[in-house]
Amino acid sequence: MGLFGRMETVVKSKMNKLMDRMEDPRETLDYSYEKQLEMLQDVKRGVAEVTTSKKRLQLQRSKLQQNIEKLDGQAKEAIKADREDLARLALERKSTLNIQIQGLDQQIAELEKEQEKLVAAEKRLSTKVEVFRTKKETIKAQYSAAEAQVKINESVSGISEEMADVGLAIERAENKTEQMKARASALDELIDTGTLDDLTSSGDDIDRELAKINSATTVDLELEQLKKEAGK
Amino acid sequence: MIIRIVGAGQYEVPESFYDELNVIDNKIVDLVSEGNEEGYKSELTKLIDSIKSCGSQIDDTEIVESDIIVPPEDLTFEEAKEVFKGEGIFED
Repeated sequence: MGLFGRMETVVKSKMNKLMDRMEDPRETLDYSYEKQLEMLQDVKRGVAEVTTSKKRLQLQRSKLQQNIEKLDGQAKEAIKADREDLARLALERKSTLNIQIQGLDQQIAELEKEQEKLVAAEKRLSTKVEVFRTKKETIKAQYSAAEAQVKINESVSGISEEMADVGLAIERAENKTEQMKARASALDELIDTGTLDDLTSSGDDIDRELAKINSATTVDLELEQLKKEAGK
Repeated sequence: MIIRIVGAGQYEVPESFYDELNVIDNKIVDLVSEGNEEGYKSELTKLIDSIKSCGSQIDDTEIVESDIIVPPEDLTFEEAKEVFKGEGIFED
């Protein structure tokens, strides 16, 4: 059985359950609309939380950038004062901070992508809710008319399919929000415990060893440059 | 034939396109069972685009039952795998 048939089975079984619960579809429609509004609020809250997390990361990044500038100044002063050991220390710290910044940049970019997705989901959802609101009034009127006619079954199955569709769309948006919330709180925890740099320095032993050598070479080169500038 | 794309409304598609859509649908089933995620994604997009291009959208105020329901375009590969077993992607 293809996706076509499978989805039909899934949605149909959901529809049947909705039908069972449905005593008066008009009441159910109003109730469903209220639930949708609540869910939309949840999604909006999710977007706000992701935005806050991103801002927090950006703040963290600018703090690190300030530290780097400070360390740069310290390295220059140390060279002038003939303290190569101090200059090396400052440059080594700077190199570590640079790696942390790269990690943060990556996290920020990812968060931004997720944020865009979530905002798109929110837009889609609010359009859906708005469409539902106007539609439910039409449906209610049609139901009242249909009630007096024999066509009632036909009409009700169409109505419940509409409701199932809206329900599924909301469920997906909710799942996305939950995933984002989990992700945002994991990031917060990493920043709080200061282990974010561990996270970004992923890779195997060889990668880490090569990164260390690379970092040491950069420090040596920068040290030489500073010495040259200071005429030492 | 009326097709609903979950979250994107209903389309009235002439029966003459049914074979063409069925070929894509079967291909999706094969790709999912082979574990080919990229192929799956592009075929699902193709399926949805084909429905939209060969069908005409049904007005939101019209209340009609669909003959076929297709998943939303952002259905993940993992979700697609779930559709082929158990109760489907959405818990009852």
